[in-house]
Amino acid sequence: MDPLKTFLSRNKPLVGLVLLMAAVSLLSPSFLTVDNLLNILRQTSINAVIAVGMTFVILSGGIDLSVGSVLAICGAVCASLVGADVNLWLAVALALTLGAGLGAANGIAVGVGAVQPFIATLVSMTILRGATLVYTDGRPITTGEGAAADAFWSVGGGYVLGLPVPVLIAALVFALGAVVLTLTRFGRYTYAVGGNEVVARLSGIGVNRVKTAVYALSGLLAALAGVILTARLESAQPTAGASYELDAIAAVVVGGTSLSGGRGSLFGTLVGALIIGVLNNALNLMDVSSYYQMIAKGAVILLAVLLDRRKSH
Amino acid sequence: MPSERDTAVPPGPADQDGRPVLLDLSGVSKAFNGVGVLSGVALRVHAGEVMALMGENGAGKSTLMRIVTGIIPADPGATIRLRGRPVQFTTPRQAIDAGVAMIHQELNLLPHLTVAENIFLGREPLNRLGLTDGARMRQEAARLLDRLRQRIDPDRRVGTLSVGQQQMVEIARALALDAELIIMDEPTDALTDVETDVLFEVIRGLRAEGKGIIYISHRLAEIFALCDSVTVLRDGQMVHRARVADLDEAELIRHMVGRTIADQFPYLPCAPGPERLAVENLRAAGVNDVSFTAAGGEIVGFAGLMGAGRTELAKAIYGANPLSGGRVRVDGAEVRLGHPRDGVRAGIAYVPEDRKFEGLIQAHSIQTNMSLAALEGLSRPGGLIRRGEERSAVRRFMDAFSVKARDIDAEIRTLSGGNQQKVSLAKALLLAPKVVILDEPTRGVDVGARREIYTLINELKAKGLCILLMSSDMPELLGLADRILVMSGGRLTGRFDRGEATQEKILARAVA
Repeated sequence: MDPLKTFLSRNKPLVGLVLLMAAVSLLSPSFLTVDNLLNILRQTSINAVIAVGMTFVILSGGIDLSVGSVLAICGAVCASLVGADVNLWLAVALALTLGAGLGAANGIAVGVGAVQPFIATLVSMTILRGATLVYTDGRPITTGEGAAADAFWSVGGGYVLGLPVPVLIAALVFALGAVVLTLTRFGRYTYAVGGNEVVARLSGIGVNRVKTAVYALSGLLAALAGVILTARLESAQPTAGASYELDAIAAVVVGGTSLSGGRGSLFGTLVGALIIGVLNNALNLMDVSSYYQMIAKGAVILLAVLLDRRKSH
Repeated sequence: MPSERDTAVPPGPADQDGRPVLLDLSGVSKAFNGVGVLSGVALRVHAGEVMALMGENGAGKSTLMRIVTGIIPADPGATIRLRGRPVQFTTPRQAIDAGVAMIHQELNLLPHLTVAENIFLGREPLNRLGLTDGARMRQEAARLLDRLRQRIDPDRRVGTLSVGQQQMVEIARALALDAELIIMDEPTDALTDVETDVLFEVIRGLRAEGKGIIYISHRLAEIFALCDSVTVLRDGQMVHRARVADLDEAELIRHMVGRTIADQFPYLPCAPGPERLAVENLRAAGVNDVSFTAAGGEIVGFAGLMGAGRTELAKAIYGANPLSGGRVRVDGAEVRLGHPRDGVRAGIAYVPEDRKFEGLIQAHSIQTNMSLAALEGLSRPGGLIRRGEERSAVRRFMDAFSVKARDIDAEIRTLSGGNQQKVSLAKALLLAPKVVILDEPTRGVDVGARREIYTLINELKAKGLCILLMSSDMPELLGLADRILVMSGGRLTGRFDRGEATQEKILARAVA
């Protein structure tokens, strides 16, 4: 097979993204403008950050439904710390640590506790959403007018080198994630645990440690997404992040990563997140009702899964 | 030995007392993908007879019984008569309806259902409304269990019973079928001595009622205590049948082993080095107080029947199964074992019996599989893998072992069994181990690749590695090993030096 064909057949999601963008640029003249493309990237960045952690979890053979709730509680904690004019870096560090800790708890339940990932994270999703409502008393927490709040806003709304800060953060997260996944021992172990847990254990891999680590990473990145979202809105909403887990899972699956674990890539997830971002943006530009947008999104996920199924035969 | 076969084929000696023939097989053959497993087997069971079906692992006993119970069809040309009528079962259900019941070695019970529900599964008694008659089911179940002298509450969930009790439930299920012919595959494996005695009494009772029983066991003592006649399979052929009264143990073993060892095993004489591995009073699940030592440049073979505890021993030494007692030392230093990682770090490598589910990740590449256990040594302190070094190490083993594959990125599942086994071996050797445990290294490997693997094993031996070879292939053990240890019931029951070991002696210890 010639190299181009091989490349295309191995990168079906990328082909899909390019075709989608070509089609949309024909339908809407305002699509292919720098402003709009940056807009897409910014809107995609939060889902992209969560989807990086989700990719690790799914590659290890699990799933993390709790990311939306982790986002919400970490965002709320961060907002109240910033509102109390705590040092900005300290506030962010505490929020991220909380996210990693909550994720690690998921990982311990899944690994040591041998609870099915779906159930374990469904439980924490529910409990943490409730905890967020209790903590915020069901009302938004604003970051206030202090010095920290001003600096904090730029995390979500600022620009560096002409690029939105959330986009830069997401790019950095993807780059680091890709290095960890493809170049380190931990990345290999993640694939191995998802590929065959028995083989992984017999190869001397601490399977439970790997699981704890991937869920902790997922929690950490969900918290980071929560920090970005809170900064951008200058407040934390008690219902923030609801159903974000589904967008993250969709990005991972559309990107060609197998839900049964062991196979997939972060590059695929990046493309998957962009497909979903472009699709949302295009339907907005074309004035399609948000009701239809959900149907379109579902159809795209179905299409991606069908293509992937054929690939594996 | 054709003469032996000629004299052994019908009319068998058990015909003389005029009891009706229950099951009569002749010309039963079976090949899987062109590989013959059974060829022209004949067998006869009379009403009121307990017939022992004997043979080594792989002799074809299981395949034959799967045919008799309708799980798989025989190849064309077979005749199966039940009470004189030709039958051809195509589903297990038909066999059951015709009065043939089988008690499988691996229990076929549903753990979440009750004892009574399991006994009557698929044949539940109904009341007038067409609903399951729970009271009658419990009553009947209690009566059957009583006959087996078991005090098991029919309402208990099967999953909460001991394995021995589950075996009894399985037997009660066969009784409930009111079967004419009952096949028992290693039924005493999980039973205590007391339970075994009860089972034997039940079997004698069934015999007195005129039922026929096919009894499969590796335990010679049971055969002589219980059975009336014996039929021996070897390499898929019926090689002998006789009344038990006309046989002795030595003769039976000779019939089972039979074949001569061809010179296909390249033995490498060695000057044994210093002691590398010492196992002292090891206890673990399926391993009972095992002690031995092994030296560098030595191949220690482990013989035993299925379930004798060899795989369990291997996994315990490696740290994959928890120890309940005893010690393992490598090069004199005690190893603390709690996880396979501990075995890996101590220089013990384990090549699992089950390549497909324990050895290699089928959907991953040769490279990532081969280096998986050795990544710690192949990465920088921060965890970054030294990829160049990894690739060159993998390539080196690919060449040295002549693994036939497109390249090092080829997926494992695209390789033949022999090549997969070579990758599995290479994976262990990438650890630069001191001790290598090979569990059935040539199972499912064709003859050519087998010979290559033997040569590789000998090369490791020449390099001074200590090798434990667990194998059910007796000629392989006798051909390659310097010493052979025999296991039975989790214990070491025999030790032989290369010169003194014979298949007969080993088998005699394996059934001890």
